[in-house]
Amino acid sequence: MTVYAPPGTDGAIVAYESRYDHWIGGEYVPPAKGQYFENPSPVNGRPFCEIARGTADDVERALDAAHGAADAWGRTSVAERAVILHRIADRMEENLEKLAVAEAWENGKPVRETLAADLPLAIDHFRYFAGALRAQEGTVGELDDDTVAYHFHEPLGVVALIIPWNFPILMATWKLAPALAAGNAVVLKPAEQTPASIHYWLSLIADLLPPGVLNIVNGFGVEAGKPLASSPRIAKVAFTGETTTGRLIMQYASENLIPVTLELGGKSPNLFFDDCSSADDEFFDKSLEGFAMFALNQGEVCTCPSRALIQQGHYTDFLSAAVKRVENLKQGNPLDTDTQIGAQASNDQLEKILSYLDIGRQEGARALTGGARADLPGDLAGGYYVQPTIFEGSNSMRIFQEEIFGPVVSVTSFADLADGLKIANDTLYGLGAGVWTRDMNQAYRAGRGIKAGRVWTNCYHLYPAHAAFGGYKQSGIGRENHRMMLDHYQQTKNLLISYSPKAAGLF
Amino acid sequence: MATRVDVTPAAAAVMRSLRERHGPLMFHQSGGCCDGSSPMCYLEGEFRTGASDVLLESLRVEGVPEPVTFWMSGAQFQLWKHTHLTVDVVPGRGAGFSLEAPDGVRFLIRSRLLTEHEQAALADRRPGQG
Repeated sequence: MTVYAPPGTDGAIVAYESRYDHWIGGEYVPPAKGQYFENPSPVNGRPFCEIARGTADDVERALDAAHGAADAWGRTSVAERAVILHRIADRMEENLEKLAVAEAWENGKPVRETLAADLPLAIDHFRYFAGALRAQEGTVGELDDDTVAYHFHEPLGVVALIIPWNFPILMATWKLAPALAAGNAVVLKPAEQTPASIHYWLSLIADLLPPGVLNIVNGFGVEAGKPLASSPRIAKVAFTGETTTGRLIMQYASENLIPVTLELGGKSPNLFFDDCSSADDEFFDKSLEGFAMFALNQGEVCTCPSRALIQQGHYTDFLSAAVKRVENLKQGNPLDTDTQIGAQASNDQLEKILSYLDIGRQEGARALTGGARADLPGDLAGGYYVQPTIFEGSNSMRIFQEEIFGPVVSVTSFADLADGLKIANDTLYGLGAGVWTRDMNQAYRAGRGIKAGRVWTNCYHLYPAHAAFGGYKQSGIGRENHRMMLDHYQQTKNLLISYSPKAAGLF
Repeated sequence: MATRVDVTPAAAAVMRSLRERHGPLMFHQSGGCCDGSSPMCYLEGEFRTGASDVLLESLRVEGVPEPVTFWMSGAQFQLWKHTHLTVDVVPGRGAGFSLEAPDGVRFLIRSRLLTEHEQAALADRRPGQG
C-alpha cells in the first residue's frame, strides 16, 4: 500500500503550477480578458490552482496559430510524425506515476486506476497510432489502360477537440493521437472541471511538437467551447459529452458544413446468464467482478454498466453474492493505492447523483446497499463522495433509463435470451453492453442482438486502442480508437489521371 | 393548476440575472453521459428545437419579462412524462454550453412523481411541439 502526498505538499512526487494560461503557438499566453477561475480538487473540495478563462479572442489566437502550423505539419513525413508520437509515449511512461497522481488529484479518481489503466492506455494509444500511421496506405485503381485513380489520405487541416472531465488525459489522448497522427493541427478545450492535468501532461511533452500544432484554450463551454465549435475556421469538431450539447455542436457544424464525431453516453446493460453460477469457480468470481464494474471511476464512465440484467434462474443467489462483493469495495482517499472508489468529480455531479437516488426511491426502487452520500472523515470531509449503490427495480424507471454517472447500478431480472435482449435494447442509447455466459453460442447471439457499438463478452471496461468504440442510436456518431480513426481525421484526395495523349473526341 | 416544470426561488434569481445580462432564455433538458440529465440554459433560439422536441412548459419567472421555454426531446419525454421537474441551482462548475456555468453555479433538476390528479389534469393539456 502506498499513500501519495497531495501534489505540491511535503513529500509529493508532483506539483501543479499555481496558474495555467492558454497554450497557443508554442507558448503560454494570458487570456485576452485577463480573467481566471479557481480549480478545486474533488478530493477535499479546495482549490489548488487557477485557470485562464478563455473567450472568443483567445480561440481566434489559437486558430491563427493552428492555421500557421497546419500545412507544414501535414507535410511532415509519416515517419517523422510517428517518431514524435512515440516520444510523447516514452515521456509519459517515464513520468507515469507523476501523471497518475496529478490526474487523481484533479479528477478524484483512485490512483490505483490511473496507475493501472488511464495512463498505460493513453501511452499505448500514442504508440498504436504511431504504428497505424506507418502502415496506412492509399489505393490505386487502374480504370483502364490509360486511366488511373489514385486515392491519397490528406489531413483535414485544423480540428477542434472538446474533452470531457471523466478521464482528462485518456479522453484527450483518444482524440489527440489520431488527429495529430493524421497530420492535423489542433485546438483543444479541456473540460472546465479538469483543465489542469492536461497542462501537467503538456509540461512533459511540449518541446516535442512544433509550435502551433497543439493549442489549448481553457475555459467554460459557453465562453470558449462555443466560439471554437461554431468557428468557420475549423474543419471538424470532435466532442464527448451529452445529447443536448451534442445536438448544439452538430447545429453549429451544419452552419459550416463540417463533420462531427460525437460520443454522448449510454445506459449500458450488463447481462448475467444463469450459467455464470453453474460452478463456484474462477469464472463465477470474474462475473461478480463484472457486476461490480459499475463502480469503476465512481461510475463516471460513458459505458458504465449501470443496468445489471440477471437471468431469473440464479437471480437471488447471484445478486446476494454481488451485493456482498460491492459492500467489500474500499472507498476513501483517492491517493491511497488500496482505494477502489474515490470522489465524484464535482459538486454539481454529486448533487445530480443524489437527485437520482431520490427519484429512484420515489419510483419504488429498493436500495440493496448504499443509497446515500458518503461522509468521509478528516482531510476528505469537504470531498464529493457517494456510497456505491445497488437499486432493484424495473426497466421503465428513470434510474434505468438515464445515465446517472455515479456509482449506482439498477438491477432487474430477465427470463431468457429474447427477454434479455428486449430489456437490454429498451433504451435511447447504445454505447456499451456486457454479456456474461459460459455458452459461447449464447454469447454470440446476445452480442449480435444488442444494439450497441461495443459488447464486452465475459469482460468489461477494457479499452484497447485496437478496438473501435462508439455508439448506436442516441449515443453518438462516429467511432474512437482503432486505425479507422485516421479516416475520421482525414480527407480523401482522388487524383484521376489520364496517361493518354488523345482527345476524348466529344468536342 | 398542474404543471410539469417549476422553478425554485434560487433558480429564478439566477434566471433573472442571466436574463438581465444576456437576453431571453430557454432550457433544453439533456440526456446521456457527463453532464447529461442536466437542464441546459441558452439564449432563446440558440438551440434549434424541431419536430423531435416537446415543449413541456413556458415558465413564468418573476422579473423575467417573457416566458422561459423548457424543452426536451420527445423520445426522452416518453420516459420522463410521469414525473414533475423542478429546476433548482447548486454550486458547481459544469458544463456543456449552459449560460450559468461561468458564475460558479449549475442548474439541476429535482424530480417527483406526478400525482394521479396532476396526471389527469395534464392529460388534457398536450405538450407543444417544436
